[in-house]
Amino acid sequence: MNMQNQIERQLTASFNPSVLEVINESHMHHGPPGRESHFKVTVVSEQFEGKRLIERHRIVNQALSTELPSIHALALHTLTPEEYKARAGKVPDSPACKGGSKA
Amino acid sequence: MNDDEVERMDVMERIDEAVKSHPVIIFMKGTPQMPQCGFSSRAAQALMQCGEEFAYVNVLSDPEIFQNLPRYADWPTFPQIYINGELIGGCDITLEMFETGELQTAIKDAVAHNKEA
Repeated sequence: MNMQNQIERQLTASFNPSVLEVINESHMHHGPPGRESHFKVTVVSEQFEGKRLIERHRIVNQALSTELPSIHALALHTLTPEEYKARAGKVPDSPACKGGSKA
Repeated sequence: MNDDEVERMDVMERIDEAVKSHPVIIFMKGTPQMPQCGFSSRAAQALMQCGEEFAYVNVLSDPEIFQNLPRYADWPTFPQIYINGELIGGCDITLEMFETGELQTAIKDAVAHNKEA
């Protein structure tokens, strides 16, 4: 199973999300073709209700504790269904690479 | 205690000292002027736009901190931003807080409080 599917599977199992988007953004960064280094994840779940952002990110990081060591970057957007609706489904773009992983 | 454990304790103390002695500090890849990572760059920019001074540590120039910081606050990624000694999160959280104005308020409060103390 590739990394993208693996992340999707873990997050689906942990958060029963109403919206889940896992995008491989590795092409925006240095490295050979077909790499799985940078991902952008949007999770919309009722389980984030009443939780501060840092708590939401913590539980997502925990759910992905097996995957995180193998990837370089994870852009993370965690929303409740209401917040997602209020934003009309828009989440920010990920930043461009600045080459630090080569250091 | 073996040498590794002693070294790890030292670096944890160094991190703790840095976190607790600055009202606002970012551990980032590169520097605010020369960021080496898009996420670090954006987070540092948000902090700069808050208009208060903040401290930074370039984790790429300090391998010990690079290796041990994730354990310090049980947070696996860089950058890490601390206000008043407390981890607020990484790039995405910092930016979301900046957009809602929460970051500006938290930083101004922290800096003002630090000046009084």
